[in-house]
Amino acid sequence: MLRILHMRRVLFPAVVLFIGAGEALGDVGGAMDGILEITTWGKIWRALTLVDHTTRVVVIGTTVLGAAAGVVGTFAYLRKRAMLGDALSHATLPGIALAFVILGEKRLGWMTVGAAVTGVLGVLAVLGLRRVPRVKEDAAIGIVLSVFFGAGLVLMSLIQQMGSGEEAGLRSFIYGKAAAMLTNDAWLIGVSAGVVLVCCVLLFKEFRLICFDQSYASSQGWPVGLIDLLMMGLVVLTTVVGLQAVGMILVVALLIVPAAAARFWTDRLGRMTVAAGVFGALSGWLGSTISAVLPRMPTGAVIVLCTGVLFLMSMILSPHRGVLAGLIRRMRLARRVADQHLLRALAEIEESRGEGTRVEESELWKMRSWSAAGFSRVMGRGQRRGWIDGDGRQCRLTATGRTLAKRVLTNHRLWELYLIRYADIAPSHVDRDADEIEHILSEGLVQELRQALAEETTIPPSPHVAGVGI
Amino acid sequence: MVWEWSIDGWILLAGVLSACSCALVGNFLVLRKLSLMGDAISHAVLPGLVIAFIVTNSRASLPMFVGAVIVGVLTAFLTQVITRHGKVEHGAAMGVVFSILFAFGLVLIRRAPGADHVDLDPECVLLGNMMQIGMAGFGGMFPTAITNLLIVMAANILFVGLFYKELRICAFDPELATSLGIPASVMHYALMVMVAITTIASFEAVGSILVIAMLIVPAVTAHLLADRLGAMIFLSLIAAAVSAVMGHVLAMFGPGWLGMKTTVASLAETSPMTAETSAMMAVVAGALLLAAVLFSPEHGLLGRAYHRFALATRIVGQDVLGWLYRGQEAGKHVMMRTEVIRVIGRSWQSRWALRRLQHQGLLDVETHESGEAGLRLTQRGRIQAERVVGSHRLWESYMSEHFDLADDHLHEPANRMEHFITPELQDELRRDVPDATRDPHGKPVPPLNDSLLDDS
Repeated sequence: MLRILHMRRVLFPAVVLFIGAGEALGDVGGAMDGILEITTWGKIWRALTLVDHTTRVVVIGTTVLGAAAGVVGTFAYLRKRAMLGDALSHATLPGIALAFVILGEKRLGWMTVGAAVTGVLGVLAVLGLRRVPRVKEDAAIGIVLSVFFGAGLVLMSLIQQMGSGEEAGLRSFIYGKAAAMLTNDAWLIGVSAGVVLVCCVLLFKEFRLICFDQSYASSQGWPVGLIDLLMMGLVVLTTVVGLQAVGMILVVALLIVPAAAARFWTDRLGRMTVAAGVFGALSGWLGSTISAVLPRMPTGAVIVLCTGVLFLMSMILSPHRGVLAGLIRRMRLARRVADQHLLRALAEIEESRGEGTRVEESELWKMRSWSAAGFSRVMGRGQRRGWIDGDGRQCRLTATGRTLAKRVLTNHRLWELYLIRYADIAPSHVDRDADEIEHILSEGLVQELRQALAEETTIPPSPHVAGVGI
Repeated sequence: MVWEWSIDGWILLAGVLSACSCALVGNFLVLRKLSLMGDAISHAVLPGLVIAFIVTNSRASLPMFVGAVIVGVLTAFLTQVITRHGKVEHGAAMGVVFSILFAFGLVLIRRAPGADHVDLDPECVLLGNMMQIGMAGFGGMFPTAITNLLIVMAANILFVGLFYKELRICAFDPELATSLGIPASVMHYALMVMVAITTIASFEAVGSILVIAMLIVPAVTAHLLADRLGAMIFLSLIAAAVSAVMGHVLAMFGPGWLGMKTTVASLAETSPMTAETSAMMAVVAGALLLAAVLFSPEHGLLGRAYHRFALATRIVGQDVLGWLYRGQEAGKHVMMRTEVIRVIGRSWQSRWALRRLQHQGLLDVETHESGEAGLRLTQRGRIQAERVVGSHRLWESYMSEHFDLADDHLHEPANRMEHFITPELQDELRRDVPDATRDPHGKPVPPLNDSLLDDS
């Protein structure tokens, strides 16, 4: 019977916990819901103009946090330390719980210190474990993350039984509770972010050095260990002040995602840092504003979703590294390759049968492994661009087409000859290789090939035995 | 706290089953350097659970399970896509995917109609429901969670048993696997599916923290202790089971042993505190790993520190012998102990080495007139010293002949190499220098006394 009683004691807090978790995921808008009868537009206007004190604090706090995390995250990202931030943020839990156990009450300042202490211990543990043979970095991160967090949860379950009822408050560190941000919290974030930004500006050169070439930096006499320590210190600072806002599970997203998104837009570190800061700030502002306007939107999670949207847009739309740009490039190349194959096929036919020969389209089709649709597309394109004349059954090269076709054929032949003469490849094997490279030979390279091969004629003869060709 | 087998037995069983299932697939994650995939998947499945809940409007296990597995595999897939097409580093890509999916899940939980008053709280995701499993089994019933865990365990054993060879090759050498015709990417996704299934079935019972811990920690522990995959898997299962049992025992009694008493008002009497079982299991797993890191015979920090110390002592001892021998050559047969220690440096290590040399009967200690301790080589000591000095001088000759080094630059490298030159190598050096009896400075090379060699 005692056991059952005990069970009830265990289950009862579990219910409280759930309510606590619900609170932890609370939102600004939800609090205003039903209390004030304001239209959606009114809400949006109030959120955008930062009229309400609570909204103002939360929006400014999360925006500044986002900026700082984005900037410092850039360096962590480039140093491939992204997931170390995850271990770090999870390792803060035992510190928070211990500070509470020792003090016996909830004091934000000391809990932040506790978080920083065990967070740093966690990072050191990862760095130490990495040096143990057979323990890889990812395993070290996973070990620290789960064991430290487990230790934190053990402490939490003990605190829960101390009966102070404060345990739910501690839980806001896990999931974040931006909506409950106080002016003091915002100041803490603001000052920390200021420190982070100033350090990043002052130490920009040093950070850049160890991000890209650590061994060069140490060979030039830079105190690499110290710089690294400073950088990790800034990451710790950002993480710890970010815990209250977005929680320890999601704070790593503020470090990684804006930096990863910024990477798509530029190859220069300065611009990337600024872009990541802007992305972070934008996400913080958007996320907190959305959660102020719409009911039941947990601020931290919405902020992370905003970073996610920015990341997705960057990954798709970036002009150089973007997926869309890559697709377009690949499609253009594929089209050009198909065009050139058609032209070369016609040029080879003209070579054997004389200029201006009309060719049966069915014969042409058989020369390469074109699909029916692909063939008609490439024929259509050729006609539209005025390279070939055709009536649907027969076709021939126009004058413009012939010039182009001859150039493609020349490239192909030159490369074949080059392979035979210099790469020592049998004539029967060069066709396929030349097939691939002929499309990307530049004018200059063609000149060089001509000189190297001492090939003066416009179109070198085919190296293949007659009849074996194309 | 009272231990009742009808409850705690089920909890133990659930703990052991989930820990072992996780550890089994965890071995391959750790070997493939995908440890954090378990972390990512167990966070990222949240939206899968919530969507399944919204669609079916119930907390039925199967749809939730399916939803979670789909999102779990999606996590692996998206990570791959971002790594490949976005050229983002793998770890960072994982971080991007799982944190965004987790955030999405959190938003969904708050937005889902009716989700507010169903116990679909993120808390369960972190810690699981060990006590509920125990309660469900109270009175001799068979808890469903146990059935699920048994099925998953069986599936895992079957998977690893059937594809042992493929998994092993893919774990150690994916390129070889591909060249042997084993589709490495199919195996990758099969493994991811198994990880997702295991993760989800386990964290319903024990929570995501324990899942992450059990996927990684026992496997790493075992990897430190075993060289063969079979042994590694076996040891990881043992580590997992021990963590589960010890974790529950410590959770039940540990705080009580430390004298912690609960002060919850609803109970008339104070009783010892208990900790969260699943969290404690993670801590115990961590402690086991720490023990392996320290004490593993081959890779442990202590073992390696001992080897390093033994080597350093040997080198310092040989330096001492060499120094005494050179003294003898100069006519000084007894040298002051303090002087030797000063010359060799590293005072405490030299002292230790001197004691060992004396113990081995390689040198005698005698009190000098001035009252100081003097050192003298014994016959056996002299033979050993000849070997060291011989190595040194032969190596100097060799370097002077073949390496084009100035004579005053020969001593330092020779001083390092002399400790690692075996008698066989000495013979070869002897054959390869112009004059095997003199070093470049004109000092005699002691002959090698093979018959009297004593390598104790």
